[in-house]
Amino acid sequence: MITFAETIGKRTLTAINRMGRMAIFLAGTIASLPFPPYQGRRIVKQVHFIGVRSLFVIVLTAMFTGMVLGLQGYHTLREVGSEGLLGSVVALSLIRELGPVLSALMVTGRAGSALTAEIGIMRIGEQIDSLESMGIDPVKFIVVPRLCAAILSVPLLTAIFDVVGILGGYLVGVKLLGVNAGVFFGGMEANVEWSDIANGFVKSVVFGLIIAWVCTFKGYFTGRGAEGVSQSTTSAVVLSSVMILVGDYFLTSVLL
Amino acid sequence: MSVQSWVCEPCAIDKLPVGDGKPAIRLVDLEKTLDGKKVLDGVNLDIPPKRITAILGLSGAGKSVMLKHMIGLIRPERGQVLVDGVDISRLSRKELYHARQRFGMLFQGGALFDSLTVYENVAFPLQEKTKLGEGEIRERVLSRLAQVGLEEARGKYPDELSGGMKRRVAFARAMVTDPEIILFDEPTTGLDPIIRNSVLNLICHSYHQHGFTMVMVSHDIPDIFQWCHYVVVLHGGKVVEAGPTAEVVVSVNPFVQQLIRGDITGAVHLM
Ligand SMILES: Nc1ncnc2c1ncn2[C@@H]1O[C@H](COP(=O)(O)OP(=O)(O)OP(=O)(O)O)[C@@H](O)[C@H]1O
Ligand SMILES: [Mg+2]
Repeated sequence: MITFAETIGKRTLTAINRMGRMAIFLAGTIASLPFPPYQGRRIVKQVHFIGVRSLFVIVLTAMFTGMVLGLQGYHTLREVGSEGLLGSVVALSLIRELGPVLSALMVTGRAGSALTAEIGIMRIGEQIDSLESMGIDPVKFIVVPRLCAAILSVPLLTAIFDVVGILGGYLVGVKLLGVNAGVFFGGMEANVEWSDIANGFVKSVVFGLIIAWVCTFKGYFTGRGAEGVSQSTTSAVVLSSVMILVGDYFLTSVLL
Repeated sequence: MSVQSWVCEPCAIDKLPVGDGKPAIRLVDLEKTLDGKKVLDGVNLDIPPKRITAILGLSGAGKSVMLKHMIGLIRPERGQVLVDGVDISRLSRKELYHARQRFGMLFQGGALFDSLTVYENVAFPLQEKTKLGEGEIRERVLSRLAQVGLEEARGKYPDELSGGMKRRVAFARAMVTDPEIILFDEPTTGLDPIIRNSVLNLICHSYHQHGFTMVMVSHDIPDIFQWCHYVVVLHGGKVVEAGPTAEVVVSVNPFVQQLIRGDITGAVHLM
């Protein structure tokens, strides 16, 4: 019984310790933002890696998400005779929820895991120590550009996801199932508020922060050897995805 | 491939007295436990300024760990690391980054940035830490690469190089800023005899030009004795012998003798 309590106590302490270290890591990164050297070129490079190279997968998933929304929405709405609402249903689901969440999950899978692995390899190959030994702050050099790039890229990818998703819904709803195009877009215009778009934007910024934070942290403090890196990569993807979904609930409840 | 080589007297030749020069690096009662193992257990050591000091010891003795303490990459549990009298294990991050500008370090594994080419790796410390123009940097990097016989490989990435080539690139990178204090973790391990000699020659040549303080971990016994002024032997978490090369070579310490001769039996039995 005592050992059981001990185990729980130990686990809890470890968990709190880890959360504390993550918080300190983020605070340190943000605190170093205002000071030079500004990593302009490295940020651009990371925007290319996190943003541009995720475009294909974002467009693809957005298209099919929009299409399935069109399909499901059409059949559900037809039962209550309100196919006319299809445009606003598709647009609102995408802009409020699916766009930010799915984009963030796709970016986690595609770019986040790679960030963790890349930084983890830098850690076990003593490249991070090597930067330190040159008097260069590795956080500034490695973490800051990736954090900035993720915060810039994820909202942009989300915007693209929304637009392509709406296009997908339009193709299925209007072109395939015969909803009137004017009704489809008219309903959308009438029902989507600016606040919906703003909420989606806030969410995507926060998700970008979560992805970069979790994935760089896991890579930066990776265990030893190839096994350490593979474990960090897995746990980065899991933790980042969980935090995105949990964060989504809380953000929604605050923003609504 | 051409390896530039100088006719250079092995450095043990000029056994100038150190005089009353203060130690460049002084380790005082250094203790460090890693993974529950006491790696350093009260290390006391003076590194003489403007001299080449070799650190010897068995694999796993803590040589690399000790070297990392000297540049503040690892902080000790107890004790001090005095660089010119300043305890660098107590400095703030900012002060530490500043202090490190005087150092050049070669890691045991090379630690090249694998997203950068050979040229970019060597140019990196100059681009980040100095105000030199691109032209000047280029000139300097290319001449350093030529010295280690790697001018041709400048566009390659680290994973396209052999182990020995990587080590030479890392060597060029550590030396490119002409640092005052150079910490080399096994600069010659894994090199063929010719390249190894040219690297040692290069160290010696640069030493005569710039007169830096150098600490070099090595397993090249007895060859290394020709190339260093001082020898430190690390064993069981402590310094068991330290002094001018000629004295350490004739030390009566049984472990030192066993290490120098490479005997299987003696003060330590490994198998
Ligand atoms: N980051 C670390 N975490 C935990 N233990 C470590 C770490 N680095 C080194 N050690 C341990 O410290 C001891 C000394 O390691 P070190 O790398 O200094 O040996 P070394 O003398 O350089 O050996 P070699 O000649 O093989 O390079 C070893 O037992 C090693 O397992
Ligand atoms: Mg070592």
